[in-house]
Amino acid sequence: MSLKTALCAATALTVMGTTAAIAETITIATVNNGDMIRMQGLTDDFTAKTGHEVEWVTLEENVLRQRVTTDISAKGGSFDIMTIGMYETPIWAKNGWLVSLDDLPAEYDVDDILPAMRGGLSYEGTLYAAPFYGESSMIMYRTDLMEAAGMEMPDAPTWDFVADAARAMTDKDNEVYGICLRGKAGWGENMAFLTATSNAFGARWFDEDWKPQFDSDAWATTLNFYIDLMNEAGPPGASNNGFNENLSLFQQGKCGMWIDATVAASFVTNPNESTVADKVGFALAPDTGLGKRSNWLWAWALAIPAGTQKEAAAKEFIQWATSKEYIELVAENEGWANVPPGARTSLYENENYKEVPFAQMTLDSILSADPNNPTVDPVPYVGVQFAAIPEFAGIANQVGQEFSSALAGQQTAEEALAKAQALTADEMEAAGY
Amino acid sequence: MARSVTQRRKIINTAAAWAIGLLIFFPILWTILTSFKTEAQAIADPPIFLGFDWTLENYGVVMERSNYMRFLWNSVIIAGGSTLLGTIIAVPAAWSMAFVPSKRTKDILLWMLSTKMLPAVGVLYPIYLIFIKMGLLDTKIALVVVLMLINLPIIVWMLYTYFKEIPGEILEAARMDGASLREEVLYVLTPMAIPGIASTILLNVILAWNEAFWTLNLTAAKAARLTAFIASYSSPEGLFYAKLSAASTMAIAPILILGWFSQKQLVSGLTFGAVK
Amino acid sequence: MATQHSRSAARIMLAPAVILLLGWMLVPLIMTLFFSFKKYLPLRGGDLGWVGFENYVRFVTSSSFWPSVLTTLVIVGGVLVITVVLGVLLAILLNQPMWGQGVVRILVIAPFFVMPTVSALVWKNMFMDPVNGLFAHLWKFFGATPVEWLTQVPMSSIIVIVSWQWLPFATLILLTAIQSLDGEQLEASEMDGAPPLARFAFIVLPHLGRAITVVVLIQTIFLLSIFAEIFVTTQGAFGTKTLTYLIYQRVLESQNVGLGSAGGVYAIILANIVAIFLMRMVGKNLDA
Repeated sequence: MSLKTALCAATALTVMGTTAAIAETITIATVNNGDMIRMQGLTDDFTAKTGHEVEWVTLEENVLRQRVTTDISAKGGSFDIMTIGMYETPIWAKNGWLVSLDDLPAEYDVDDILPAMRGGLSYEGTLYAAPFYGESSMIMYRTDLMEAAGMEMPDAPTWDFVADAARAMTDKDNEVYGICLRGKAGWGENMAFLTATSNAFGARWFDEDWKPQFDSDAWATTLNFYIDLMNEAGPPGASNNGFNENLSLFQQGKCGMWIDATVAASFVTNPNESTVADKVGFALAPDTGLGKRSNWLWAWALAIPAGTQKEAAAKEFIQWATSKEYIELVAENEGWANVPPGARTSLYENENYKEVPFAQMTLDSILSADPNNPTVDPVPYVGVQFAAIPEFAGIANQVGQEFSSALAGQQTAEEALAKAQALTADEMEAAGY
Repeated sequence: MARSVTQRRKIINTAAAWAIGLLIFFPILWTILTSFKTEAQAIADPPIFLGFDWTLENYGVVMERSNYMRFLWNSVIIAGGSTLLGTIIAVPAAWSMAFVPSKRTKDILLWMLSTKMLPAVGVLYPIYLIFIKMGLLDTKIALVVVLMLINLPIIVWMLYTYFKEIPGEILEAARMDGASLREEVLYVLTPMAIPGIASTILLNVILAWNEAFWTLNLTAAKAARLTAFIASYSSPEGLFYAKLSAASTMAIAPILILGWFSQKQLVSGLTFGAVK
Repeated sequence: MATQHSRSAARIMLAPAVILLLGWMLVPLIMTLFFSFKKYLPLRGGDLGWVGFENYVRFVTSSSFWPSVLTTLVIVGGVLVITVVLGVLLAILLNQPMWGQGVVRILVIAPFFVMPTVSALVWKNMFMDPVNGLFAHLWKFFGATPVEWLTQVPMSSIIVIVSWQWLPFATLILLTAIQSLDGEQLEASEMDGAPPLARFAFIVLPHLGRAITVVVLIQTIFLLSIFAEIFVTTQGAFGTKTLTYLIYQRVLESQNVGLGSAGGVYAIILANIVAIFLMRMVGKNLDA
């Protein structure tokens, strides 16, 4: 071997060493939300920086949840990164199924992650999933309709005010419905909304002995209030409306108010998609004066399943996708209004971002949610719109179906609550509580 | 006079049949039309049938977002592979049951059909564990095998009914002439059975193409097919009818075209012994 | 006149199919049985020991069990009735002389090529959506209040979607059968002055008996396990939870593999009860 080739080889090796030890192809399961699809479009930037290729498995939310849960519980190893939420993270971490993210480099600035998000994605103080974006829920309302109704939305309204305003704004002949709320059954759909709402009405899922509380007056008040309001001021077919259905109704100008995820703010104010982009105001989710508001807390986060062969590359991806630089990359390409919100403190200190109309209200909403202390009365679980126990998703899906059919008028609120109480008690007993 | 009556009847028949045919086809037509609209036009009230600004934008978005060609290729390989494998296994089985029946033949046939009634969700977990152990998750082989097994009872039965219709005397004659079993199958039976085999293959390709449950659960990126591709367009954020329509059209177009070209074979062959 | 030689050859030819299907049936079945006697909760550490028949009792005493069996039977029955009745009528119509028969046939069989997920998505969003769906536009055009299909009449809506998918299959088989009908016999009866209805009842329908049997048998096998249509449209809400969907909820949503496996065993039992009925019918009709 001549000196020259040896030198060349050595140089080549160093070059490779600086970019990436070995170029890998990682497989990422993710949900088909707008921010994730944007991330897929920007994958080339990651590949250019690290040399790793990415295979995307993009699925609709329900399919994704089922798919990744099966895979991780059976240790299938189909994915190197999974997109999961605040509900799954602590449960999976407890089972030892996730790789901890406590060794991220200093420039990643893990302390910049909003404390509420970091807390919800940690188990026993260790971070197990990095937030791609975070959200709470808030009121999005039509400023023009509110004015026409002769009312003024306070920054922190009560449920009574919201109900009055909704009834005043409703004009069913012109397909304007005062309020659009989730009604589609599912723990991440109507139950997320109703559980968060019930917190404001002083209800809770379980008492401190894990006894289900659907037979309480607070739940009866919550559900009846919701059903009455939706019947008078909600859109038709509300019991099949989830986040996406309501979003398109609002974008078409058919909703006076919509209480839902803060990330929706960027969709409803985007003039390319929304017919009411310049007429949207924001307010905190309502309360009833009991000390808790109706807003939830959620993050879509990236986590690495334990046992993957490509842990190092997967970590590089997570660092890239949840970094400050990624936010700037999106801002450059799509504008500041479209960056993934709710994950980092620095974003809300950024002067450019402060001009985005919904930025402050999103932050205030996130900061007002407390997963460790979600209800008026004490509870044994963590989570605002869920209880972070493995049984919750299955139970809440079934309870959600009962509530959804009560909204559709197929049974009364009392019947739905009685069934919810019975089936929850049954499932909890089966799980050994 | 008789002539004009039949003529009038023909006109009425034609009108009725076309009306019903178009009605049945309408959802597909509407999907295809919507795929060329913008998202706003897709939900326009009143709906626009043809007078919209035709655009290929949705197809562009779908092509950019997903690796359509790979999904398509996997669909072709897996549907084709499982059909081929299934046919190779089913032809001898159906042949032997049709021509050398024993008193258990009927029972075996019905038992085979009954294996199709096993609910897939109920056995997902066990099957998943087995495929992990064999290292076959997210491989085309796994899907080829599973889809072959799922459809095997149907193919065996369909072939059996064809073979049964082949008159036994021909075989007797061939045997008299000293034909061996192999020759009997190759030169006497096969030519007579070709139409039946062809339509069986077609039906099997359609069934395998459209299977979604196992596809979604046993694949990730490498072996994912069009039935998984559609799951990423099913309910995203924002308006999506036009993009969903484009993705749907892309997922069903290949099999629709195949079906249309081969409908004669399919129609003439799809009898399951229903014709005596 | 099968010889010993051809008998054993036949057995060898039959063997691969039988062995494969036996494996495909037995391995999951045994594993399902195994899990069904266990408390097996993947999210709580997996195998938590034997529990005897507890899962079986719990599954069958749950308030969702009997409604789900009923739902399953109603969907299967509803789709069968619709596809067979419309299939017969459509087959008779398509068998008449007309212009463009080939094209009409193509239009009619097209839904059979559409994957269930796609057809459920298209029907749910573009037709049955109470605000943006085509039906809603149509209803509004006539001044009626749009029907909320999937909440007000969820079962009928699902039956319509599934029937649309399976009508082509029924029509095809019935059409082939009708085409084989002896034309002379029909003509003779027409000459005799038999009214159309009588011709249909005494000549056409008996001739179609076998074909109808086949349609019922094959469709039942597929319909008992429909999943995508429900998963996409209602997710089992509003009383559309079939037995298959209930098992899905137990295994995947609640992550209770033991309980779901017990449900799987019940589903197999139900399938076999239906199968026995069918096979009686088939045995009578197909032996000949």
